[in-house]
This record gives sequence, C-alpha cells and structure tokens, in this order.
Amino acid sequence: MQTSSDFAREIRKVTLNMVFKAKASHIGGAFSMADILSVLYNDILKIDPLQPHNETRDRFLLSKGHACTSLYATLGLKGFFDLKELDTYAADGSKFLSHTSHYISGVEISVGSLGHALPVACGLAIASQKKQKTWKTYCLLSDGELNEGSNWESILLAPQLKLKNLILIIDYNKIQSFGFVKDIINLEPLSKKFEAFNWETYEIDGHNHKELLNTFKACDNQNQKPKVIICNTIKGKGVSFMENKLLWHYKSPSQEEYNQALGELNF
Amino acid sequence: MRTAFIKELIEEAKENKSIFLIVADLGFSVVEPFAEQFPDRFLNVGIAEQNMAGIASGLAMEGYNVYIYSIGNFPTLRCMEQIRYDICYHNLNVKIIAVGGGYAYASLGASHHATEEIGMLRTIPNITVCSPGDPEEMRAITRFTSNYKGPCYIRIGKAGEPEVYKKYNKEVNKIESGDILNVISGNDVAIFSCGAMLDYSANYILNNKLSASLYSFPFIKPLNNEQFVDIIRKYKRIITIEEHQLNGGFGSSILEHINDLKEKTLPISYPEIKRIGINNSFYSVAGTQDYLRKLAGIELKLKYFEL
Repeated sequence: MQTSSDFAREIRKVTLNMVFKAKASHIGGAFSMADILSVLYNDILKIDPLQPHNETRDRFLLSKGHACTSLYATLGLKGFFDLKELDTYAADGSKFLSHTSHYISGVEISVGSLGHALPVACGLAIASQKKQKTWKTYCLLSDGELNEGSNWESILLAPQLKLKNLILIIDYNKIQSFGFVKDIINLEPLSKKFEAFNWETYEIDGHNHKELLNTFKACDNQNQKPKVIICNTIKGKGVSFMENKLLWHYKSPSQEEYNQALGELNF
Repeated sequence: MRTAFIKELIEEAKENKSIFLIVADLGFSVVEPFAEQFPDRFLNVGIAEQNMAGIASGLAMEGYNVYIYSIGNFPTLRCMEQIRYDICYHNLNVKIIAVGGGYAYASLGASHHATEEIGMLRTIPNITVCSPGDPEEMRAITRFTSNYKGPCYIRIGKAGEPEVYKKYNKEVNKIESGDILNVISGNDVAIFSCGAMLDYSANYILNNKLSASLYSFPFIKPLNNEQFVDIIRKYKRIITIEEHQLNGGFGSSILEHINDLKEKTLPISYPEIKRIGINNSFYSVAGTQDYLRKLAGIELKLKYFEL
C-alpha cells in the first residue's frame, strides 16, 4: 500500500511539472501544504473518486485557491480524473484554472478571493449537524489569509454552534505575499487566539506525517468544539532552493531550476 | 411588506422542508414566528453578513433553499463578493432579502439608504432581481422563490405599505419569472414602476385623472420578453420610476432592453423614455421617506404626461 510520504513526493512532482510547463506561480504555497493533502487523501478522508458527489463523503474545502496545483495533482493521482488532463493546466480553454475550480471532479468549491471557504465550510458543517450526519468538513486556509475579516466571523460563530465536525487546518508557512507574516500582521500567539475563541486547538509539524495522521484521528472525538490544526510548515518545502523564500510565491522555475528540483524530489 | 414576507414564508416552509432562514441579528419582532415554528431551519449568525452569505452557500450546497435576511445594504453591498462568487458563480439556491429598499429608513442616514444595490446586483450572472410593489406582490414573489432553484435578490419595503391591488379589486395569484403586471390601463403614456413606487404612481394617475397606464415590474431581471415587446408597442412615452440611483438601475435596464430589441430589428416603435430616480447624489438630511424622495427628485410631474 502506498504510504502518505510516497504520495506526497508524487504530488510535488506532478505539481512541479504543472507549474513549470504553464510558467505559473504559487509553487511555494502548493508545496507547503503537500504533506497535509497527502495524509488527508491517503489516510483520512472518506471519499470515492468514482462517486465524487456521494452524500456521505467527507467534504474538503481548499481556501488558498492560488495553491490549487497540488490539490489538482492530489485529485489526479487519486483517480478523480485522468492525470493526463493536467497537461492542459492554465492553457487556453482548459478547465484547470490557476485558482481552484468546482468544475473539476473532487473540488467542492471554487475559490480565489481569500476568506471565502471557511464560511461555506461552516454552512456545510451546520447542514451535517442539522441532518445528524457523521461526515466531516475539512477546510484548509493559508496563514496570510487570516488577515481577512470574514474568517474571523466564522471563527467566532463555529464554537457557538458547536460545530464539532468542522476541522480547520492552517498551512502556517509564515510567508504571505509581501513578506514574512510576522512583519505584516503578526498572528502570534495563534494557538492561544484559537483557544481563547473556544476551538479545540492543535499545533503540529505540518510536514510530519505521523503527527498529521495522529492529529486528524484525535479530531474524531465527541468534544462539541470545532477543531483547528495549526500546521507549522515551510513555504516551498521539498526543494532546497525554494524553501522559506518569498520569491517562490511568484516565480516559475527555469529549465535548470526545474531539473534540480526534479532531481531533489526523485532523490 | 416584511410581515407579508414572513407570513408567506411560514406557509411555504410548512410544505417545503428545504426552506431555511438566516438573519444577521436583524429582524426583531418580524422573524420570531418563523424561528418558533422551525427552530431547526432558523439561524441568527450575528452581525456578520459575509459569514451569513457563505454559510447560506454551504447550506444550499447541501440541499437547502436558504433565505438570508437583513436591512438595506447589509445583506447586499456588505457581502457583494460572497453574493457574486459563492452564491451566483456556484448558482446556488440562496434568496437574499433586503428590508428597507430605497429611503425606507430615511432618517437613519446614507448608511441605511439602499439606493445602489439593484444596479450592482443585476450585473451579476445567474441572479434574479426582484422588487415587489406591494404586500400582494410580496406574497406572490415569496411563493415563486420558494420553489425557484437559483439565486434571487428581493428588495422589500418596510412596514405598512398599502395593498395596491386590493384597491383595484385585483389579485396576484401566481407569478412567473419575468412577469410584468398591469395595474391601471390607459392610453399613450405608461408608467413603469419599480418596487415601492407603485402606490405613489397609482395615486398620481388617479388623483390627476390621467389616462395613463401603470405597469409594475416585480422583476427587474429577467424580463418576460414577449410581454415586454407587447407593452412597449402600445405607448408613445414610457416613464420609469424607481427609488434608486438612475445610474444602472431599473430605468437603465429598460433602456437597455429597448435598445437591444431595436438592434435585433424587431418591428417595434421606439417609445420616448423619461427616467425618474436619484440623480447620482447622496442626501444627508433627516426626514421622512416621502421627504427624501422629493428632495432626490423622485416625483411625477404633469408635463411628463403631455405628448
């Protein structure tokens, strides 16, 4: 059986190919969440690529839609669509836009503008609660995105409504579009903020698959609070020269950089 | 109108189990009967309109027909991007209700003057834009939206609006998307009334013993094209009246429709159009709704009816 670590490596390779071919941006944020996606899709989410709209499925909502490449790679590798379709990524007429699109099998909502997915995820979680279903709603946000007020409207309300099957994941890679998060709007102390807002709060290494797996499993409990997993991650994780560099929020690899990155991912 | 809405919504919700009502901490002394009868399908999300629109989208994705309710600009302008992107782009079953269209909350100031939202909303694909003219139309629109799948905006007045149809012994039983309703029949000049200007327009025709026709447009978008063509063929002049900025509002949409019909070379005469609305201004003075309407130039004049 494929391990989530092997899966993460494949996700990064497919992502690299897409970004290189399309000369696209946002590979740094796509790589920082690749391990989170691999554990979720390999071991946690109850989903069926052959029945993407199955009513009992877990719902996964990506909010940082600009990092869609690694989600598309994940879904392609899981068989939601033919992986070859990703060759069209960002090309004329392709349905694979550079922000997540709900016209892609396995994608619950289109996003692009930040701060949209968590309120929608709350709506899904409320529906699950009202209908007494057991499926869960997972929502993955970036750190910079926590600047958006709409997220905090949801963060205030979710504990009030006891949305215990809502699991918020923060890809805390510490870099947003103009620089380091701490220099733009410092989020610290982030865990304490969520605790103070009455969320069941976890803070883990977002690249450690064992920690990810155990934390996702720990979230399956009867505590009535919504759950948040703050994943400490590294922007560009997996390729040495991309790691922790703002530039890779924007830049697309040259042929030489592509070769080196692929070499590192194959190693 | 708000009471007509909530009463009708309760009737619909008895049969239609998908109806869900969300408020953003407004609607005191209006929405309670719904909340009491359907506690599992009612939610107050607090003073947070962006969250309200997002939550409505999530609930709609799970099969609910979600009504979101607040005052004037709050469920519209405040969360316009959520309406455009979450609700309309995903073509979800969400109904946006704004109480206090136009200057209904006149003395509360510009923050509460809902005078631009029709122009903004009608540019968004997939959404139906409604502005019922009296409680009778409100009830019919509520029944329509109860079963209509897709995004709708409904601009309603406040409280105590006259029952215009009852005055003329008319009823509005069933309303279909885009319907245009004839209230008074006359010759040569027709008033096209949007929303709460209906009673004023009807009274103006009667009090001045004019031979004008009066049509109410509970739908701003879409319009029943067949009906529309039949109507505009009959008149030499059309007066549009709305409690909204002239830029991009109801009258603008009528001009666009007529222009586009002309472009398609349909054999129609091209009536003169006189638009009445707010002329690109804010009004920062206290007063009643009628006072602000006059100040903003929303009034009919006899000369508009002279051919």
